[in-house]
Amino acid sequence: MGVINFFRKTFVIAELEMRKIFHDPTEIIMRAIQPALWLLIFGQVFARMHAIPGQTNYIDFMTPGILAQSVLFVSIFSGIAIIWERDLGLIHKLLATPTPRASIVLGKAISAGLRTLPIVVIIYLLAILLGVHIDWSPLSLLGVLVMIMLGAIFFSTFSLIIACLVKTRERFMGIGQLLTMPLFFASNAIYPTEIMPGWLKVISHMNPLTYMVDALREMITGVASGFTLSFDFLVLLIASVLFVAIGGVLYKRVII
Amino acid sequence: MSILRTDKLTRAFGNFTAVDSLDIAVAKGEIFALLGPNGAGKSTALKMLTTLLPPTSGDAYINDYSIRTQTNEIRKIIGYVPQMLSADGSLTAFENLSLFAKLYDIPSRERKQRVHEALKFMGLENFEHKLVKTYSGGMIRRLEIAQSTLHQPSVLFLDEPTTGLDPIGRKVVWEHIVALQKQFSTTILFTTHLMEEADEICSRVALMTRGKLAIVGSPKELKASLGDSEATLDDVFIHYTADKLAESGSSFHDVSVERKTTRRLG
Repeated sequence: MGVINFFRKTFVIAELEMRKIFHDPTEIIMRAIQPALWLLIFGQVFARMHAIPGQTNYIDFMTPGILAQSVLFVSIFSGIAIIWERDLGLIHKLLATPTPRASIVLGKAISAGLRTLPIVVIIYLLAILLGVHIDWSPLSLLGVLVMIMLGAIFFSTFSLIIACLVKTRERFMGIGQLLTMPLFFASNAIYPTEIMPGWLKVISHMNPLTYMVDALREMITGVASGFTLSFDFLVLLIASVLFVAIGGVLYKRVII
Repeated sequence: MSILRTDKLTRAFGNFTAVDSLDIAVAKGEIFALLGPNGAGKSTALKMLTTLLPPTSGDAYINDYSIRTQTNEIRKIIGYVPQMLSADGSLTAFENLSLFAKLYDIPSRERKQRVHEALKFMGLENFEHKLVKTYSGGMIRRLEIAQSTLHQPSVLFLDEPTTGLDPIGRKVVWEHIVALQKQFSTTILFTTHLMEEADEICSRVALMTRGKLAIVGSPKELKASLGDSEATLDDVFIHYTADKLAESGSSFHDVSVERKTTRRLG
């Protein structure tokens, strides 16, 4: 009963967030522009440099990385909504209802994942245009969707935890900007970890984005990458469950 | 028989005690106000009673459930309308209500009817599919009350429910709150610093100052306590808080919240 109630409430929170997007979808379209620019400009130039040893088709290599980057960028700033909602009193009202705190956190995290899905479609369309070799098997596509949801849940909950701790928009934006670049560049999104110096390789192995990109690369292009798929999914699943639990504890503190 | 009682309810933030050993009891079906200057501890008391903030010491009981140990039971039987405008402006009234109906575990077969009844009760039935950001301030407040009473709570808490509303908006909101109490015997506990509202509507009021209870009683009793037949509740307020007012005043946060709410109400 407790588990059913938890997931039922989680989906109500996700529904609430999704309805807002249906009323005003412009945000989604705007967010798709940045990954498109990465693929069309950065990707095209970098592919001609042949900077990565043994890499024959850089766009194939980069596309899963840009997909993960989109999820990271959409999710890592989603926590600011908590600060807005606190100032508007929405959180106070929500916390006074019989809704588990972790349901609110997970519901919002799922909605962050759903927000990225239109971007996924746009990146797939661009990938077709750019001639990326895509694995169209249903299992791979499903795996991509699940990994994107897991990544969004992890990074948006990370963002929510930061918002609960820093409590002001100004501090949140500062920390968000500070985190995004290291998370992105200390991963295998646009170059393999093999060419990194030893210290950066260690950091990249502690970065969940690395495992997300690793899994997406294997499932999108069908070429086996560094870790096994099951290991990649396990890392993201454990990290997400841990962060949702921490977020559930911290969420109520945002109003104090 | 009290539906709500507090037992030395206390909340401190570091060295500052916002609510200090508060003891009040509210009877079933009563309309009860917590009065006091900004910073007196009214909102903090309300946050504890609505389970948003745990007490530092003491306890409170609603329908005999403890706010310390039975928070989930309490959340099922209370409604809460915060001072800020808490309805979601980017959703329609119907969506705001039906999503909260789900959060309050109202069975799906009853949900639609309950939402329509609540909208009708608050005079919003003709605006149910309009985005809430197009509503007037008074309409938003009525919608919020509808949202917090869908599950027919035993106690409805309202924090400064008429802040920023024009006189007509205030009047309509109070008419609906009183109707709610009459029709469903809902116990209403609200905070305000508008004395005339409390005087007109409440069966009893509690006056707080600096986190402590200064006096509690019916508006008539409190006015009589001054020994002046023409005394108003404003006079009572000044009498019991004046010596502290000069140095208390509103905090930056209080003023900021109030101005934001007023600005949103247009």
